[in-house]
Amino acid sequence: MADKLQFSLVSPARELFSGEVDHVIAPGTDGEFGVLVNHAPFMTTLKNGVVRVLEGDTVTMRLFVRGGFADVTPAGLTILAEEAVNMASVSAEQVGKDMDALRQDILALDKDSGQHQALEEQYSYLESLRAALVN
Amino acid sequence: MASLKELKNRIASVKSTQKITKAKQMVAAAKLRRAQEATEASKPYATRMANVVANLTASMGEGSSGPKLLAGTGSDQIHLLIMMTAERGLCGGFNANTAKLTRAEIQRLQGEGKTVKLLTVGKKGRDALKRDYSDLMVDHVDLSQAKDKFTPFAIGLGSDLSTRYDAGEFDVATLIFAEFKNVLSQPPKAAQLIPAKAPEDAEQIDLNGAIYTYEPSEPEILETLLPRYLNTQILSAMMENAAGEQAASMAAMDNATRNAGEMIDSLSLKYNRARQAQITKELIEIISGAEAL
Repeated sequence: MADKLQFSLVSPARELFSGEVDHVIAPGTDGEFGVLVNHAPFMTTLKNGVVRVLEGDTVTMRLFVRGGFADVTPAGLTILAEEAVNMASVSAEQVGKDMDALRQDILALDKDSGQHQALEEQYSYLESLRAALVN
Repeated sequence: MASLKELKNRIASVKSTQKITKAKQMVAAAKLRRAQEATEASKPYATRMANVVANLTASMGEGSSGPKLLAGTGSDQIHLLIMMTAERGLCGGFNANTAKLTRAEIQRLQGEGKTVKLLTVGKKGRDALKRDYSDLMVDHVDLSQAKDKFTPFAIGLGSDLSTRYDAGEFDVATLIFAEFKNVLSQPPKAAQLIPAKAPEDAEQIDLNGAIYTYEPSEPEILETLLPRYLNTQILSAMMENAAGEQAASMAAMDNATRNAGEMIDSLSLKYNRARQAQITKELIEIISGAEAL
């Protein structure tokens, strides 16, 4: 077996994954891209979407990320996501509930504040996460 | 000499104070654990982010014209100090230390003839500086509703700062907060936020001569990266501050509980002496009364 790719995915809240994998497919702003071991140094912004981790040809983990960056260096791949969640650990129903709670918070806030904007972004993230879970 | 009744009341009052400080200490200890975990968990992101920024700025080269958040406005006349303190007291010198550093910083900058503006986060710091510097204060962020969720507040403050910066309200922004070194020490620290500065201790990644590919272009990445870097810095400062507050509060309340204990001991001693003295006095009175017969 050839060398493995050192992959880590971190969000401001915590480190979701760190370890060695075969192959990672991530949603870049300009299109999806795959990273294998010994990839050339490369950096891109990400859009909301699914990061897939592959061992051989099978997908072992699917993580939903909101925006952020992917940084490929000789040391490995690092994804810095604004927010990320392991798709195996959430259900569409749960996300729906979170969305309702968030909607309440948004309504209680002043429209012009920066906070309002931040929560709106969070809401659209949850929306797309739910869509990804349903499919 | 205080009467027996008075002493008894004092002992009771110190005892109830001790109960309160003990409870507050335990609450702070529990909150500290949570805050500390959150701070630890956010560290990998902050460090990696700092490394990425360091990498990018290093490859941009010195003096090149990056985005305004990185390159600065070309002047350093107007300084904005962002002071982060706690919403509550009862945490020893925690808030006072940060306020002291802020004062020193204001005086230093004013001494150099710069214009200083002040933005406060957390009620205690604003209260401390309100008397002397209320004319410098431009805004205040209230964290009393934040509980443990600082992210929306950090993003809100970050975008607020960017707007002000674009409007030319300041040239340099410095964040003053308490760095959470460990449970016993939370020294106040000043860190420059804008123009963005990559930390000096960031790891340099050896590319073995390979050239980075950027997608989309390098300036575009910086454009989105820098505001996030700003938010990350604010968020981790808020988290460190929260952990520091709880640690300081725990230490202060531990001290208070111990002091109350000592006070109770010395008051009880006094009380017992007074009680014995009274018994002796009564005995003498009875005996001398009997002898007189």
